[in-house]
Amino acid sequence: MRPLFKTIVLLLGAGTLSTGVVSSERLDAALAGSFVDNGQATLDRLEQDPVQQACNQSRSTPPDPAIASNLRQERLDAVVFPLDGEFLGDWQRGAEVADNGRGLQSSDDPEQPNGGNCYACHQLAPDEVAYGTLGPSLTGYGARGQSEPMLRYTWTKLWDTHAYNLCSHMPRFGAQGILTEQQLKDIMAFLLDPASPVNQDL
Amino acid sequence: MIKKWAWLIGILAMPVLSDDGIFDEYRDLMGDDNPAIFVIDEGEALWFEAQGPLDTSLERCDLGLGPGVTAGAYARFPRYFEDTDSVMDIESRLLHCMQTLQGRERAVLLAKPYSLRGDLGTELEALVTWLAAESEGAVIAPEQAHPAEREMYALGEEIFFYRAGPHDFSCATCHEQSNMRIRLQALPNLTNHDAAAEAFGSWPAYRISEGLVRTMGWRLQDCFRQQRWPGLRLGSDVSVALQTYMAVNAAGGVMTAPGLKR
Repeated sequence: MRPLFKTIVLLLGAGTLSTGVVSSERLDAALAGSFVDNGQATLDRLEQDPVQQACNQSRSTPPDPAIASNLRQERLDAVVFPLDGEFLGDWQRGAEVADNGRGLQSSDDPEQPNGGNCYACHQLAPDEVAYGTLGPSLTGYGARGQSEPMLRYTWTKLWDTHAYNLCSHMPRFGAQGILTEQQLKDIMAFLLDPASPVNQDL
Repeated sequence: MIKKWAWLIGILAMPVLSDDGIFDEYRDLMGDDNPAIFVIDEGEALWFEAQGPLDTSLERCDLGLGPGVTAGAYARFPRYFEDTDSVMDIESRLLHCMQTLQGRERAVLLAKPYSLRGDLGTELEALVTWLAAESEGAVIAPEQAHPAEREMYALGEEIFFYRAGPHDFSCATCHEQSNMRIRLQALPNLTNHDAAAEAFGSWPAYRISEGLVRTMGWRLQDCFRQQRWPGLRLGSDVSVALQTYMAVNAAGGVMTAPGLKR
């Protein structure tokens, strides 16, 4: 693990040097001097993990395929599936999680549960008109069924989307501790339960 | 959630559009009436008002075009200043003038540069709004002659794509694709000239939802809040670098500020 990490850092370092006049030292100094702790949003959040480093550049310059492949496999191996084997929770609670855009901002109360903010980027229930378009529409997602592979695929997407698409714009809701296991189950039900509004015609 | 938006939809009695249509409609209804005009007047009065221990106005403040020249000055920011040996945005330049000309304390000036919800506006917001109005119709033309200005652009580009925080968000998460929206809010692709020009040229802007004029410096702070990053310091390298990145991408566009936003 350690040699791999070293290789990644070296390759990324070389990439950074070739893209412009900004050294990594200059970037680090600028970041350190430009931000202050703000409630729960503290300075340590500016430190990047290997996935964030690999995906620094724009989508026109994707990370090295070998590095990307290794990182994806690491993410896939680290997915934690529901301990009790139950993937589906309560779609009504899931609808609330999908609607809630709060959580982990400096302005948010850390005592309150985090939201998934799914509607910021995805269309879900067809009667919710205020949906974003950065991600694909998930209306009718339940048509994919509830086979074991579909449950595991959907769970993995929610837990750590980077396991499939390394530089996806979607947050790693499970891996980063944004949502709890129960909240993820509820979102799963919101997506897959035939009774969920996501799977109703308008 | 539907309820939260229903009043807008109800008022305008129109179907949901795939872009910023609802707010465009609102802007059309407002016509040329932008509540920011009151803030412009306030900013102009503040520029000429003697203040601070030195009991001096800002009339001799050099915004880059010479002491006291305000027309067109906003459109040339961010830019390098020899007297501070640094690239500055207009907000940090104003603070510099308040310190040097008026003798006011930086810590006091930085205590509350931007309004909280429910406030009536700050001195800095009013001054920036007036100075933007002094550049209305001017071509966006940030200085890029000095090496420090070009370095700021390169730094801004690095920061723009820098992913961090629990959600892995960078500026690019929302602003490197065209014709996207978050909830109902249209997102400008800031890597694209036309979209960057329209966005950059329309700040500072009166925010209908807040009843306040907001500056670009505030807009960046609020972006980072939503990115789950720590607090961005006014006039910091990251703030100036990102403003430089946007201004250069927008160069050649026209200043329309103060804008009118949701």
